[in-house]
Amino acid sequence: MIKIKGLKKSFGDLEVLKGIDLEIKEREVVCIIGASGSGKSTLLRCINLLEEPTDGEVYIEDVKVNDPKTDINKIRTDVGMVFQQFNLFPHMTVLDNITIAPRKVKKVDEKEAEALAYELLAKVGLTDKAHNYPEQLSGGQMQRVAIARALAMKPKVMLFDEPTSALDPEMVKEVLDVMKQLAQEGMTMVVVTHEMGFAREVADRVIFIDGGYLVEEGTPEEIFNNPKNERTKAFLGKVL
Amino acid sequence: MSHIEFLAAFNALDFGIIWNYRDLFIRGVWLTLRLTLLGFSLGLILGIFLGLGRLSKRKWIYYPCKIYIDFIRGTPLLVQILIIHTALIPSIFGQSLGFFVSGALALTLNSGAYIAEIVRAGIQSLDKGQTEAARSLGMPKGMAMRYIILPQAIRRMVPPLGNELIALLKDSSLVTVIAANDILYAAKIVQGATFKQWEPYLTAALLYLLLTWLASKLIAFIEKRFSTSYVPKKRRTTFADQLKR
Repeated sequence: MIKIKGLKKSFGDLEVLKGIDLEIKEREVVCIIGASGSGKSTLLRCINLLEEPTDGEVYIEDVKVNDPKTDINKIRTDVGMVFQQFNLFPHMTVLDNITIAPRKVKKVDEKEAEALAYELLAKVGLTDKAHNYPEQLSGGQMQRVAIARALAMKPKVMLFDEPTSALDPEMVKEVLDVMKQLAQEGMTMVVVTHEMGFAREVADRVIFIDGGYLVEEGTPEEIFNNPKNERTKAFLGKVL
Repeated sequence: MSHIEFLAAFNALDFGIIWNYRDLFIRGVWLTLRLTLLGFSLGLILGIFLGLGRLSKRKWIYYPCKIYIDFIRGTPLLVQILIIHTALIPSIFGQSLGFFVSGALALTLNSGAYIAEIVRAGIQSLDKGQTEAARSLGMPKGMAMRYIILPQAIRRMVPPLGNELIALLKDSSLVTVIAANDILYAAKIVQGATFKQWEPYLTAALLYLLLTWLASKLIAFIEKRFSTSYVPKKRRTTFADQLKR
């Protein structure tokens, strides 16, 4: 579903990704772990071209994403993204946050978009907040709305960029629960996370990134119980 | 003038004379208002495009906008008014189109450059996550700008736009040099006709003060409506309303 070949990304003189190869299959849940600054968020952001790769190729369903001829907006409708800082639109109600993209980008009519929005709000347990504004919600609620907003475009894959890192500890679980449910429903997911418990429980595959390289990958058991690479061992020793 | 003479002159102030010329001042207020509001509104439209152009990554859009803004902000409005009235318009149309067209055009072109900087700053002050969220949902740039960025940025532009409106109101007095009969021009006429200096110019000053005061009240009202919170305020219920329930 997603194919990444020899991906490199530099910011000025700083090379953050130094050649990553990765393939993600449909319905697969992949967790990317690694220290801060290792390049895991950059890798994720290269998938929907929020960052332009310096070198290498990214394919989504055999369409080359980083090709000037590709209509990136069309690709992005199939790739949902959830951000660390939620990035809800503060000037819109929860309902409008969820319906704006389907209505304006996909030209879905208002009633249909709202019906879908209520369906998604029920899924994330926030039906009663439809007419509230983001600033009236807690962090956990905002992130659940952000997930619903991304799902409203009916994406084929969801990218999560440290979705629980900006949350108070007591709100982490409500967001992870929604993500777990999503994984069980068969959504293809790529999750950059520091939640090792979540990675262990939900991921089909865990990828460890360090210094711009994909250092090790495997099932959660392989990575967490029996890491082979010294750097993986050192990282897990610090976080587990 | 010694201070005794100064006090004597002050004692002799006779604003009754101004009353005879009230029509001139009323017309002046009217013209000042029309020029300012027209210049500001058109400048707002111009400024939005210039400000967006200033943010463009395309060099052929960016540089003309930047050069225009730098030129206008780096030269005196008085000089701009004279260039437009005596050179630009006559050389395009073959004749003067009158002080109103020249004045409105000068104020538009001038405020457009200042407003462009306000627009740019307002947009740049927004978190870039807002654009990223919009783009990640598949919105093209223009759509993200229209539905996500501008509605938020406009709120942040309100206070500096208010300052610009007041500055423009005062600077509009410069159109006097092209014989536009604004407030200051009325004062000059009255001064010439009566040989009084204090009364007409003090009257002009007070009229400008009145207008800027009214403008600041209007701006304060708008700022209050666009407060930092996006949540609409519930209408205040009165005791009578509660009884009805």
